[in-house]
Amino acid sequence: MKIGFYPGCSLTGASREYNESLLAIAKEAGIELCEITDWNCCGATAAHNLNKELSLSLPARNLALAELEEMDELVVPCAACFNRLIMTQHELDENKEIKIQIEEKLQMPLNNRIKILNVLQFIEQHIVSHLNTLIKKQLNFDVACYYGCLLVRPQKVMKSERFEDPMSMDVIMQKLGANPIDWPFKTECCGAGFSVSKPKIVGELSGKIVRDAVNRGAKAIVVACPMCHSNLDMRRPAIEAYLDMKVDIPVIYITQAIALALGLTPRQAGINRHFVPVNLPVNS
Amino acid sequence: MTEFEPKIVAFVCNWCTYAGADLTGTSRIKYAQNVKIIRFPCTGRIDFMLLLKAFGEGADGIIVSGCHPNDCHYTSGNFHARRRWIMFRGLLDLLGIDIRRIQYSWVSAAEGAKWADIVNSTVKTIRELGPYTDYAKVAGYLEKEVKE
Amino acid sequence: MSKIGVFICHCGENISSTVDVVRVAEETGKLEGVEFSTDYKYMCSDPGQTIIKQTIKEKGLTGVVVAACSPRMHEPTFRKACQEAGLNPYMCEMSNLREHCSWVHDKSEATTQKAIDLVRTLVEKVKLNKPLYPIKVPVTKTALVLGGGIAGIQASLDIANAGHKVILVEKDPSIGGHMSQLSETFPTLDCSQCILTPRMVEVAQHPNITLWTYAELEKLEGFIGNFKATIRKKAKSIDENICNGCGHCTTKCPTKKIPSEFNTGLGTRTAIYVPFPQAVPNKPVIDKDNCTYYQKGKCKICEKLCPTGAIRFDQQDELVELEVGAVVIATGFNVMQPSGFPEYGYGKYKDVITGLQFERLASASGPTLGEIRRPSDGKIPEKIVFVACAGSRDPAKGIPYCSKICCMYTAKHAMLYQHKVHGGKSYIFYMDIRAAGKNYEEFVRRAIVDDEVNYIRGRVSKVYEENGKLIVKGVDTLLNAKPVEIEADMVVLASAAVANPGAEELAQKMHVSYDSYNFFSEAHPKLKPVETNTAGIFLAGACQAPKDIPETVSQASGAASKVIILFSQNELSREPVVAVVNRSAPPVYSTCVGCFMCASACPYQAIGEELITDRKGNVIKRVAKVNPGLCQGCGTCVAFCRSKSIDIDGYSNEQMYSEVMALLNND
Repeated sequence: MKIGFYPGCSLTGASREYNESLLAIAKEAGIELCEITDWNCCGATAAHNLNKELSLSLPARNLALAELEEMDELVVPCAACFNRLIMTQHELDENKEIKIQIEEKLQMPLNNRIKILNVLQFIEQHIVSHLNTLIKKQLNFDVACYYGCLLVRPQKVMKSERFEDPMSMDVIMQKLGANPIDWPFKTECCGAGFSVSKPKIVGELSGKIVRDAVNRGAKAIVVACPMCHSNLDMRRPAIEAYLDMKVDIPVIYITQAIALALGLTPRQAGINRHFVPVNLPVNS
Repeated sequence: MTEFEPKIVAFVCNWCTYAGADLTGTSRIKYAQNVKIIRFPCTGRIDFMLLLKAFGEGADGIIVSGCHPNDCHYTSGNFHARRRWIMFRGLLDLLGIDIRRIQYSWVSAAEGAKWADIVNSTVKTIRELGPYTDYAKVAGYLEKEVKE
Repeated sequence: MSKIGVFICHCGENISSTVDVVRVAEETGKLEGVEFSTDYKYMCSDPGQTIIKQTIKEKGLTGVVVAACSPRMHEPTFRKACQEAGLNPYMCEMSNLREHCSWVHDKSEATTQKAIDLVRTLVEKVKLNKPLYPIKVPVTKTALVLGGGIAGIQASLDIANAGHKVILVEKDPSIGGHMSQLSETFPTLDCSQCILTPRMVEVAQHPNITLWTYAELEKLEGFIGNFKATIRKKAKSIDENICNGCGHCTTKCPTKKIPSEFNTGLGTRTAIYVPFPQAVPNKPVIDKDNCTYYQKGKCKICEKLCPTGAIRFDQQDELVELEVGAVVIATGFNVMQPSGFPEYGYGKYKDVITGLQFERLASASGPTLGEIRRPSDGKIPEKIVFVACAGSRDPAKGIPYCSKICCMYTAKHAMLYQHKVHGGKSYIFYMDIRAAGKNYEEFVRRAIVDDEVNYIRGRVSKVYEENGKLIVKGVDTLLNAKPVEIEADMVVLASAAVANPGAEELAQKMHVSYDSYNFFSEAHPKLKPVETNTAGIFLAGACQAPKDIPETVSQASGAASKVIILFSQNELSREPVVAVVNRSAPPVYSTCVGCFMCASACPYQAIGEELITDRKGNVIKRVAKVNPGLCQGCGTCVAFCRSKSIDIDGYSNEQMYSEVMALLNND
């Protein structure tokens, strides 16, 4: 089976560490991720509000390219990219007329049968089974698993049963030895795109998330989305301004957490690239 | 030459389509004289052998119509009829009957106008298809055989 | 030899203006077997009917075809006329010349020809008609009522007061249902138990009502007027005839920590218990799953204490067979357990409770004796949040329908809280306020205006605990869609009303249909709201859809009146248009091969099995047999039969084939 990989813009820029750690753990598990040749923008976030055809054509082109390369599954680590790709697949499945239009526009056929996985699904399906043999270190501390909005939504497409209180990341973190706290902010809004236009709002929204994680004793916040990460990590000054106190809880990607548990160096895990320094008690 | 006037038999249920055709009447909506109705308690009662009999007796086209799905007066008779139609449809080719000669539809007691439309469109279709004589010929032949 | 009379109606000018009626009469008069034909201006008028009656008598007609309007209009009229003239009414058929011919075609030769064709078709049918006689079915004048909530109580009392016997079966140890759990009732705020318990006692004391609690329906066979029900009377482990209900046993039972079902888990009960003090009957049962003796083989304290020696540890379930004429299903509803709401924390936080639990807290007979106290620490909550529509109207949670009662009971809850906790603050998150009902809107207004309940239009996204408070996060969609956060001491979820867990199984046992949410389906959503699609089985209350008390009581009385109407006759008379399995003599040569395709097609379970035996009583053949009491005459079985062994009176194969042939052979 050929597993494809769609990195999207974030993973080649602001979230390089997400890319590095994902590829590192896949390599440890003996899985080759094949990047789609000549992939393009997924259309997030503005396109689907402005131009429906464009918002479907952009992701559809990536899906068609993946099909051309005979990929059976496609890993999409960025939650926004994942949402655009899976929504496009869903929409084209539901509406055959639009599908024909888009195919004509792309000048490419589209089977629309490729299985699109977000990072949590990828880990569940391909990495978890290797964990027992690969784990070298235990993450013996409390973590707050933060899912954000797009990993489990929309409910009608994702068919997630616990979309208000997801558990999949918690289960993975438990397998690494960590203790995921029971907290209510798992799917709260981090402020998302306001990061650029109104960072103050991000400070407030993300601030509440960070404060609750700290109050409940978490030593790290674990995420699986570049947007969440940059808001909780990069926008820490705005958060601290809102909370009116210093907060040093680090924010790591789930892939980085696994990389640490597999005994990879902090540099291999890309830990050094964060704004908030990461010093976590990882035991052998 | 005068236009071909097809003979069309309509097999309808008492509760929906018969009442719908009554409504066509009370609404004074005109339609072609070619279609004549035979009343059944339910489309579920319609043995599709009757359709073959009708073709054998000289019908050029047939309409079968009953209640919409879930509206059956007897809960599920129309579903049985639909299932029977799906089976029967597949056999038409073998039987030498053009599928367009049978119009299967649902007309509720409130759809008087729809009934007129169905009648008129069926008459038009059958008119284009021309007379159906294959079965009558076979029947005539058999009759002759028996007599001789 | 047939002697058919054909009567063509002008219908004023409705038919005669486009159809040449004189010619139709003339032409049809020439048909073989037609003795007489005529036309008349108004056949349905008195003189018109007299012509028919006189001709029947004078000419000795064996069949009549009236060519006039739709049979859906005047078939009963003309059949009655025939009957009055001594002709079997089922020997009369109508040809529809008005709706299906004169009104839909212009005047022309083709229209008249069509009219002749239509009449000829019916003439050929009538030749094959045979006299039919209404089917008489005896009626057993005893009703079975399933469920002893307010619906079952009302239906039982109404039927019993009309002088008929009722057997009321309740699965719990006491009747009363959900209504007995309620505190006060909207919109009058009168105490639920105060209005209900007298009714419960009336049921127990009514000479026409036999009350079986702790019992369930096992099996139902038969048909309208003649059902055979099997009831399982679960072993109560006491002899009810000896027990005097003193209650010693319940106070001394050592197993005391069982969550009380009546108090929705907010209180406890013992293993031998009476569900609540006003229970009817006020006699205990032993809960075998929790009883020390049944589980471990030792204890029997209740037996030692019982002054009358009524405890029976060896009692077994008893199956009782009953003959009843009608059944009322009044099995009620259930409250959805909000475990599908991890975001609201039900089950995780003790102070997040359901509306039904709040009823118990507010009830004077409840675990807190009517004081509103938090389940976690017993403190009086200073701030309370009610979430209306917890589950209802939420397709993502699988319940797209409105539970109907929540708007009103949530307003009532907030009101009760405000009355009981002075200075307390209450908030209600709602989607819409649906207060359609007599005095309902006024009631909600009172909550808002007089009791200062804060209504917030918006949904709650999350409830979580922080520093001992429940933080309720929601949105106020009327206030510029601002997010709202309330630090509450207690949260009450108006969780959706759902069907009972056993509803589907029960429906299948009784052959009544049910919807995708397992609520039982009425026969017609508007005109037959208490009937089911099975004749003789009626619906009352929330087993059909969520309902409040007044509506439930009305429906129960409606169902009862249907039963009483049924019981007002000694025999049921039914249209004889029913299916029959052909029988030949000797019966072993009948063509039915016993494949029972007909039975699988029948929507009414009207086709059963008949065993044909030889003289020694050995079964030599199994054939189908139609129960004319159940058959509704759809004829689906006829089309299914492979050997043409089943036929339907009034629409027989012979008749239908001759109609087809007559219709087409007009040359």
